[in-house]
Amino acid sequence: MTASRFWQISIWILVLALAIAAPWAFYNYHTGRQSGFVISMLSQMGMMSILALSYNMLLGQAGLFSLCHATFFGIGGYATIHFLNMASAGSLPLPMELIPLLSGLSGLGLAIVLGYIATKQRATAFAMITLGIGELMVTSALMFQHFFGGEGGVNTNRMIGRSLFGLTYAQGIQVYYLILAWTLLSALAMFFLTMTPLGRMANASRDNFERVQFVGYDPRMVRFFQFALSGLFAGIGGGLYAITYEIVTFDALAAPLSANALLMAYIGGSASFGGPILGAVLITLLQSGVSLMSNSWLVYVGVLFISMVIFAPSGIMGLVTAHGPIVRGGQLGRLAVPYIRVLVPGILMVAGFVGLVELTSFLTIGAAQGKSLVLFGNKIDVHATLPWLSAAVCLLGGGFWLRLEARSFRRVWEGLMQGLKPQRSVA
Amino acid sequence: MSDAALALKNVGKAFGNLEIIRGVSLDIARGERHAIIGPNGAGKTTLFNLISGRFRISSGEILLNDVRIDGLPPHKINRMGLSRSFQITSIFHRLSVFENLRCALLWSMGYRYSFWTPLWLQRELTARTDAMLEDLNLTPRRDTAAGLLSYADQRALEIGMTIAGGASVILLDEPTAGMSNSETDNAVALIRRVSKGKTLLMVEHDMKVVFDLADVITVLVYGQVIASGPPHIVRANPAVQEAYLGALDAA
Repeated sequence: MTASRFWQISIWILVLALAIAAPWAFYNYHTGRQSGFVISMLSQMGMMSILALSYNMLLGQAGLFSLCHATFFGIGGYATIHFLNMASAGSLPLPMELIPLLSGLSGLGLAIVLGYIATKQRATAFAMITLGIGELMVTSALMFQHFFGGEGGVNTNRMIGRSLFGLTYAQGIQVYYLILAWTLLSALAMFFLTMTPLGRMANASRDNFERVQFVGYDPRMVRFFQFALSGLFAGIGGGLYAITYEIVTFDALAAPLSANALLMAYIGGSASFGGPILGAVLITLLQSGVSLMSNSWLVYVGVLFISMVIFAPSGIMGLVTAHGPIVRGGQLGRLAVPYIRVLVPGILMVAGFVGLVELTSFLTIGAAQGKSLVLFGNKIDVHATLPWLSAAVCLLGGGFWLRLEARSFRRVWEGLMQGLKPQRSVA
Repeated sequence: MSDAALALKNVGKAFGNLEIIRGVSLDIARGERHAIIGPNGAGKTTLFNLISGRFRISSGEILLNDVRIDGLPPHKINRMGLSRSFQITSIFHRLSVFENLRCALLWSMGYRYSFWTPLWLQRELTARTDAMLEDLNLTPRRDTAAGLLSYADQRALEIGMTIAGGASVILLDEPTAGMSNSETDNAVALIRRVSKGKTLLMVEHDMKVVFDLADVITVLVYGQVIASGPPHIVRANPAVQEAYLGALDAA
């Protein structure tokens, strides 16, 4: 137990060190600054981590399937634009470093009001109420021009000239470290919450809401407090968004972002605390990395999500922790060969799939944009039969081969697990 | 204060036109171990659901320590000192055995919805949870997810969660259902131990358990009480024999 605790803490420290060091790995000595692209991607990862973690306070920890989480992120963003404008005008004497606190309080305030309504119900009814709330907020954002600025949104200048550390926040790197600090703070606070009576009863009401009543708790109040607090953190995330981009439009509170929160928490692994961070990093990478290379990055996110739901409902983190007993038993080495045997057909299948998607995409969107598909320096004719045929063969052949290999992989896996006498416990 | 810990006054429950409970009146004295028996469909579990607030009653009154509790939500009834177990095990299956019992202790120890108290620093809470584990013989399973326990261990945990909050009136719904003989013996010993000084109301099908544990037996048939009294008197009641116990004597 203490050994695994040691490794957990080590991994967290390593992740933090990586996050601090990452911008410097992309330092350009020519211009004397870090890559703007990398800084903005890392910043995005930070605020999305907060969003995903706060979403998981509902999904993973309380079993609440919310479809309006971006509402609280968005309101934090909008409010922050106004706070920054007030600060610039001198009517809000607060240093930049503390502005996200106000963003969080905005999220909390709205989550108290809307949560009061939504948490009256649970399960499917709760999900439907939150769907309605999300739509209502988007409509409101377009209707109340004064606060939301209509279609064009609202904007600001983050150089408010007041800082605890004398920083101007003119450079992206300063904003990034502000985001990192608030991400760390929020993550620690949310982790702390999991170990309080409320956090534990949220878990309990996820597992069995009825029994919660018979140990003296009102499950509705458990949902309400959990919902309100998750709104607080989402608001902080939205505040950091506003500070980074200096403009907030209704995209920041609309359904696609709510869906993204869900995707990140789920793909990363909603059963573990850190999973959503992993999901946020992965989705952001796909969003800003793959989208440069491919028009169809959303297809990949979608397929990844569907495959996770079907084959790995506990997410990437769940897949990793499933290896725990094998690692403790010192048998991980025995999985090396089986892994290679599933990896080869797996890669083949993925390559075939990507090939087909890209061919289709270049046949339609690519053609309209006047681009052509280039693979290993060779231009590929999307109207020829050979590329389509080879991609299809890769996909189908790889798929069937993978099925066979997966079967033998499962046998090895189960054999190992049997030998180790599993004793699982989930927090 | 009367000496009835729990009193039912002409309690009725109908689902639509279907009358499940038809005017049940019952006084359960403080410190009494009271068993409700009756054939399948007599309404025993429904009666528990009414007392514990899971369902609302259609007519009558239910008093816990002379205070009306009918119409209150389950969590409020629980806070007033009445706790129940379930016939179909109802635990927090993804949480460890320790966490299950700790959750059952939280409200009674005044933690409420606190999101500022670090659980790992609560010594008394931890000590009481561990003592509870010991009492239930579940210490070796402390960190196992409750959903992975054996059936008998889950039933023990179910009873443990019911009594953990220190309720003075305990309702156990078929605590030994589905157990082997030796498991039943253990469960009876456990119930005897943990119900000391408390008022116990239980539904039970195993007549050996009933006559072993109960001070008073009430026989419920088609939603009505046909007899209530000490075991030897109920056993001798001809109506009871006809309705129910005939099978027992034959066995």
